This record gives sequence, C-alpha cells and structure tokens, in this order.
Amino acid sequence: MNQREKEQYLREYSVLKAQGKPFFPYAVAKDSVMAFLVLVAIIAMSLVLGAELGPKADPTTTTYTPRPEWYFFFLFELLRVIKPAELTQAATIGIPTLCLILLIMLPFYDRGPERRPERRPIATTAGIITIVAMAYLTYLGASAGSPTDIEMKAPSDLDRQAVAQFDQGKLVAAQSGCLACHKIGHNGNDGPGPELSEVGARLPREAIARTLENPTAPMPSYAALRRDEPEQFDAMVEFLSQLR
Amino acid sequence: MPKLKLPNPIPDQLRPRPQRPGEGNGRKSTKDVVIESGRDAGISVVDWVDERTSLSGAARWTMFRKVPKGTNWFYTLGSATMFAFLSQAVTGVFLAMYYDPSPTRAYESTRHITNEVFLGEFVRGMHKWGATVMMVLIFLHMGRTFFFGAYKYPRELNWVVGVVLLVLTMIMSLTGYLLPFDQRSFWATIVADNINGTGPFLGPYLADFLRAGPEFGATTLARFYSIHMLLVPGAIAALIGVHLYLVAKLGTTAPPWVKAEEPEQLRTEKV
Repeated sequence: MNQREKEQYLREYSVLKAQGKPFFPYAVAKDSVMAFLVLVAIIAMSLVLGAELGPKADPTTTTYTPRPEWYFFFLFELLRVIKPAELTQAATIGIPTLCLILLIMLPFYDRGPERRPERRPIATTAGIITIVAMAYLTYLGASAGSPTDIEMKAPSDLDRQAVAQFDQGKLVAAQSGCLACHKIGHNGNDGPGPELSEVGARLPREAIARTLENPTAPMPSYAALRRDEPEQFDAMVEFLSQLR
Repeated sequence: MPKLKLPNPIPDQLRPRPQRPGEGNGRKSTKDVVIESGRDAGISVVDWVDERTSLSGAARWTMFRKVPKGTNWFYTLGSATMFAFLSQAVTGVFLAMYYDPSPTRAYESTRHITNEVFLGEFVRGMHKWGATVMMVLIFLHMGRTFFFGAYKYPRELNWVVGVVLLVLTMIMSLTGYLLPFDQRSFWATIVADNINGTGPFLGPYLADFLRAGPEFGATTLARFYSIHMLLVPGAIAALIGVHLYLVAKLGTTAPPWVKAEEPEQLRTEKV
C-alpha cells in the first residue's frame, strides 16, 4: 500500500465508522449472546464428555502409545508422514517454525490494498489450502493407529487363516516392544538388535522360537509368553518366520 | 466536576412530578431527602472515583466508540475467545485449590478432584473442554481476520500480537496436558519434550529447562505447573490488554464488501 492508498483507506473507514452504531450497547449485546453460547457449549461438553482420568503415569512401561491433544494431531501426523531419519528435524522443528514465521510476518509480505477475499486469489487460495491440509493431517492423525504399528503386509501366497495368524503375530510383536531395538520394514529402531525384516529367510521357525525363549542379553525372554499364552507366542513365531 | 451522563432507564411519564410552588412550603421531608440522596448515590460514587482517576474519559472512549456499518456476528469471535480464556481462568483457580503438583501426589489429587470434590469432575471437564473451545474460537477468529483482509494497514501490529497469543495458548495446552499425570499425559509430554530437544542451537537447552534437568524428574511437574498457571496466563492477559487497546484505538474493520455511502454534502458539491 502506498501513501495514497493508505489515506484513501483511512478516509473510507472513517465514513463507515461514522455511519456505524456505538459499541455499547449494540456490539456488547452481540458479544454477550456469543459469550453465553460459549459458556453453554463448554458446560454441555463437560457434562456429556466428562473428564476421564487414565491409569497413573508409569515411567517404566515402554508400550504405552503417546497421543497429543487433538489440535496437535496435524503436527504429530507431520512426523509420521515424513519418514526418513535425516528429515526428522525438518518435521519436528523446521516446517512448524517456517509456518509460524510465515504466519506472523503475513501483514509484512501481503501489503496489497485489496481486502475482498474474491479479489485476493493468491491469499484466499493459500488460506483454503492451509485449512484443508491441516484438516486432512488432523483427520489422518485422529484415525492413525499407534506408532508402535508394524506396517508389513502378509505375503500374498498365504490362505485366509494364515493371514489372520500373521496379523495376530504382528500385533503381538508390536505390543511386545520389539521395535525398540529391532527394525521391521520401515518401522522400529535399527539397533541395538539386528534387523528383522528378512529374519524368516535367515532362520528356520524352530530357531526363531528358541531365540525368543533363550535370547542373548539384553533382549528379554519370551518363555513366560510361551507358557501363559502359547497361541500368541506361536502367532509371533509364525509372523517372524514369514518375514523374508 | 465532570458529570457522567448515564442512560435514562425510567420513562418520563413514570418519574415523580417536581413539587409545585406552595406544596410542602418549599421544605423537603426527611424521607424525600433520603430517597433523593439514595437515588444519586450511584452517580456520586462514580463521580468520586472519577475525580480521583479521570477514568470516565477512557471508559467513554472504549464503550461509546462506533463500530462501522455492516458489523456482523463474525465480529464476536474475538470477544468469545477472550470469554473462553476468562472461563479457563476461573475454573483453573478452583482446580488449583485442590491440585498438588508433586509427582507422588499429582495423580491422586486429580483423582480426588474428579471423584470426591463437590462438582469436581464438572469443573475439571469445563477446564479440559474449555481449552478445546478456546482453540477452535482462536482459529475461527484468525480465519475471519485472514479472509476479511483485516490484518492489513493499519492493523499489522495487532495481527502479530494475535499470532503470539495463539502460540501462548498452544503452550498453555501443552503444559496443562501433563498435569493430570496419567499415562497419556506423561508419555505425550515426554514426546513433546524430545521434539523440543531436536531443535537446532537452543533446542537441547530448552528441553533441559522444561524437564528441569537431563531426565524427567521430581521438579518437572512443578515447573510445568508454574508455567501453566503463572507465567503464560500472565503473559496472555497482558497481551489481550494490548490487543484490545489496539482494537479500540484503530477500530474494528468493516466487512470488505461494505462500501461507504458518500456523505450527502459531498454528493451535492460534486454536482
């Protein structure tokens, strides 16, 4: 905006303002109605949805899935969309910081005098794209499974029963915290344990079962699982032996 | 002495008639004097305060300023956000009466609030869901400002203040999330803190500051609590003051499609 446009805006605005109504009581009345609606909404949400309290914090568990408040889902989802390890920093700090700087500096790079949304195609489109992208990421974050998920597909030559066992074993492996030390496909940490993406090709089924029962330290033993829940143990062995 | 002009709530027909000459011989009964001074009490108190503070000018400036033609319901989103903040402040004060920010007692005191305190779960629910409502209102208010081009000259600074308020509200939400100290809040905070730690230069220091040390420890909770209920709300309240001052000073925008009618005088002059 140059000096002439600024003066023109101020002139038009002062006319509009002179033709307006006083803040008290007209705007105050509307604001009060809105404040009342906000209060009703908060009270209704409190009564209907309540304030649940989960189990007490336990720093020793490692299988708990952290979830942020829903309006941080879009940030959380960004971390999942951007997978490669060397780009993690960009997802955690880089992109949010950049977006924030763009947001805060908005009036300093968008200086045109036009205010009607339909005559500011770039700004309006950018705004709508931002809203859609945030809504989409929020939706993805809300519907996403836990970050301890293993995204491995069952081999296509298995029959339906074997696929069910494969999926059950995958779930057991995911919940047992294998990913803390082993990499399986795209998921998990590469180390200190060996990668398990193709462990079925390296070891026969019996060897996998033996290793799970008598592992090399520091891996925990799954002998208790075999004793108490043999079906789950078998499913996990089946799942691991299918990885090749 | 400046007199405040208050709006007249009683229609003229209903007002008591002034005394006619000869009635009561010009003297007022004690009852009349008491009623009269009682009726003027409000005005005298306001005058007394105003004589010492000169606030009536500022009050008139904020309350009786004009809002431009075409102002609609979209323009209530900002004050609704502020109202949500006030609701958070009030419910937060009541929660603080029962909450204990020590790692051994935090969860138990939250459970005590939820299960035993009178209306405890209701107030905690209001605080929890009030945060969501406030966040939604902020985004709607921001969307209105963006699509109406209301951040442009001369209101650039107020946009900047608004974005800072958004960030502060997000910090409130982040620090408040830990306080119930259940599994969900604990692990989410660990992750958020680790994310902070990946930042360049300041990141690791910030993460250490938030944790009060290299590990999540006994003082972390107290630190989050103090940031959540003293530092950030104070900053938010102060910045809301700045935000509102600028709104009153510059005036709220009119919707961009509303055009000013030329004043009568100018139109005739052009002809």
